[in-house]
Amino acid sequence: MVLDRLRRGAFARDPKKIPDGLWEKCPGCQKTVFKRLVEERLDTCPECNYHFKMGARRRIATLIDDGTWQEWDAEMSSADPLGFVDSRPYPERIAQQQAKTGLKDAVLTGRGRLSGIDVALGVMDFNFNGGSMGSVVGEKIARLFERARELRIPAIVVSASGGARMQEGVVSLMQMAKTSAAAARLREARVPFISVLTNPTMAGVMASFASLGDIIVAEPKAMIGFTGARVIQETIKQELPEGFQTSEFLLAHGQIDLIVARQDLKAELARLLAYLKPAPSARGAHA
Amino acid sequence: MSTPFDFLEPLSRLQDKIDELRQLSETSGVDVSREVASLEAKLTAESERLFASLTPWQRVQLARHPLRPQTSDYLAHACQEVVPLAGDRLFGNDEAIVCALATWDGIRCLVVGQQKGKDVHERRRCNFGMPHPEGYRKALLKMRLAERFALPVVCLINTPGAFPGIEAEERGQSIAIAENIREMAALRVPIVVAVIGEGGSGGALGIGVGDRLLMLQNSYFSVISPEGCAAILWKDGAMREVAAERLGLTAEVLQRLGIVDEVVPEPPGGAHRRPQAMAEILRAAVARHLRELLALPLDALLERRYRKLRAIGSVIEPPAASA
Repeated sequence: MVLDRLRRGAFARDPKKIPDGLWEKCPGCQKTVFKRLVEERLDTCPECNYHFKMGARRRIATLIDDGTWQEWDAEMSSADPLGFVDSRPYPERIAQQQAKTGLKDAVLTGRGRLSGIDVALGVMDFNFNGGSMGSVVGEKIARLFERARELRIPAIVVSASGGARMQEGVVSLMQMAKTSAAAARLREARVPFISVLTNPTMAGVMASFASLGDIIVAEPKAMIGFTGARVIQETIKQELPEGFQTSEFLLAHGQIDLIVARQDLKAELARLLAYLKPAPSARGAHA
Repeated sequence: MSTPFDFLEPLSRLQDKIDELRQLSETSGVDVSREVASLEAKLTAESERLFASLTPWQRVQLARHPLRPQTSDYLAHACQEVVPLAGDRLFGNDEAIVCALATWDGIRCLVVGQQKGKDVHERRRCNFGMPHPEGYRKALLKMRLAERFALPVVCLINTPGAFPGIEAEERGQSIAIAENIREMAALRVPIVVAVIGEGGSGGALGIGVGDRLLMLQNSYFSVISPEGCAAILWKDGAMREVAAERLGLTAEVLQRLGIVDEVVPEPPGGAHRRPQAMAEILRAAVARHLRELLALPLDALLERRYRKLRAIGSVIEPPAASA
C-alpha cells in the first residue's frame, strides 16, 4: 500500500519507480510529491505549499456548501465574430478545448451558499484556452454582477487568466469595458464584490474586473500583472527583480488587500462577507 | 532598403517631381503651372487608387507614420483655446497622456489624449506614447473635474500600448486602467472617443470608454499588436501581416461589428500629408457627436452608454436559457 510506505517515510523519488499518475513533480520546489496528499490539501504541495492550478468545478466544490450550487448560463458558448483562423479555425479550437476540459468556456458562474451565505460566484478555469476572456467570459461575468445586484447578494470572482482572447479581436478587448461597466453598477448599489486572484491573472482580466474588487485577495505566489514578464524583459532589456509580479510583490506595492492560502480561503471569504453586507435595497438600487 | 512605407513610394515620387518642377520654375522663371497641375491630378488619382485597396497591415503602418497628426495637432488646429492641466497629484506628470481644458468647435470641454512626441526629445519625454499608471490616474482626475463642472470629454487615442516596465507594474498599471474603464463607463458627462492613430489594446481602452467611438480611416484598434499576435499564435513574427488581416483591427471591420460608430475620412494620401485638413474633419465630426449627446437627458445618456457596452459580444445560447 503506497500510503503505508508514505507514512513510513519511504518517498519514492526515483522517477523510474513512480507509478504513473500517483506522483507528480511540484513546480514550486521540484520535489516529487504524492498526488493524493496534494489533493487532500486542496491541490497544494505538502513540501512547500505551492498552489497548483485548480479547475473551476473543483474550486466551486471547495468553496460552496454541498448541494447548494445552481449554475447560471451553463450552455453559453462562443460564436466566431471574426471568422478567425490561425493554425486552425477558432470554432475548432473551441470544440477541442471543450472536449479537453468538459467546459463550455473559461468561466463557470452561479449561485450557492458559502458557509451559509448566499453568494454569486464566478470561477475562471485556466485549462480552457489559458482562461482567456472572450465574449462568453465577458457576458457571464457581466450577468453575474447584474444578478448579484438584483438579488443583493455578494459577488465573488476567482480569476485565472492569461488575458483577453485574441481570436475575438476587439470584441474580446471590449469585454473589459462590459464587465467593468457592470462592476460599476454593482458598486454603485453597494453590493460587495470580492476579487480572488489566482495563478496566473494577467493582462485584460487583471486590467478590468479582477482589479475592481471591494476587497482583492490573492493566493500565495500567484503570478499577477498587466504585461507578461517576457515582454517586459524584451522591452526594457533589464533583469526583473526577484519575485516580480507575484502576489507578495503586489501586496508590498499596495495593490491588493491580503494573501490567503487556499486551505483558508473559504473561511476567510466568509469572515470578510460578515463585514461587507449588501446595503438594503432602498439605498442605491435604482436603475 | 525597404521601409514600412514602400507602398507609398509612387506617391512620394510624384510629389518629388512636383516639388522639383516648382523649384525649377522659381529659379528659372519658366512657367510650369500646367505640368504641375497635371502631376497633381495624377497624384490625387494615384493616392485614391492606392488608398482604396490598402491592406490592414498597410493601415497599421499609416497609423504609426512618424508624421501622423497627434493630440497636440488637434489641440492646435481643432480647438480655439487650450489650457493644459498637468499631474495626477499622486506621483508625477506623465506626458504620454495630455489633458487640457479646451474649446472644441465652440464647446467647452476636457480633451484627454495620448501623445507620442514629434522630435527625439519630445518622444522620449512622452515615452513614445506609452503611458504609465500616473498617466491614467491623471486622466481620471481631470475627468472627475470635468464631471463636477459638467464639461463633456473628448478622448484621442494614439498609443502602441500601456508601457511594459518594472515601475509601471510596481505602481499598478492594471489597476489604473481597470479603474479608468469602470469610472468612464459611469462618468456623468458625455464622452466622445476617437482613435487617431494606434489603438493598442488595454492601454488604449484606459482612456477609451465612452458614448461614441470614432476611428480615423487609417487608424487601428486591436486587442494585441499584429507582431505580438503573430509571435504567440504562429510563433513567427513574419506572420504579422496575416495577423493584422485576421485581427479585424480596421475601422471598417469594427464598424461592421457595431463597435465603432463612425469612420472619419482622411485627406487624400492620409492624415500625415495634411494635418490641418485632418484636424478640420475631425473637429466637425466630434462636434456633431458632442452636440447630439449634450442634447440627451443625463440618465438616458448613461443608460445608452451601458446598453452599448453591454451589447458587445457574440455568444451562442440555447433559447430560453436564463437563470
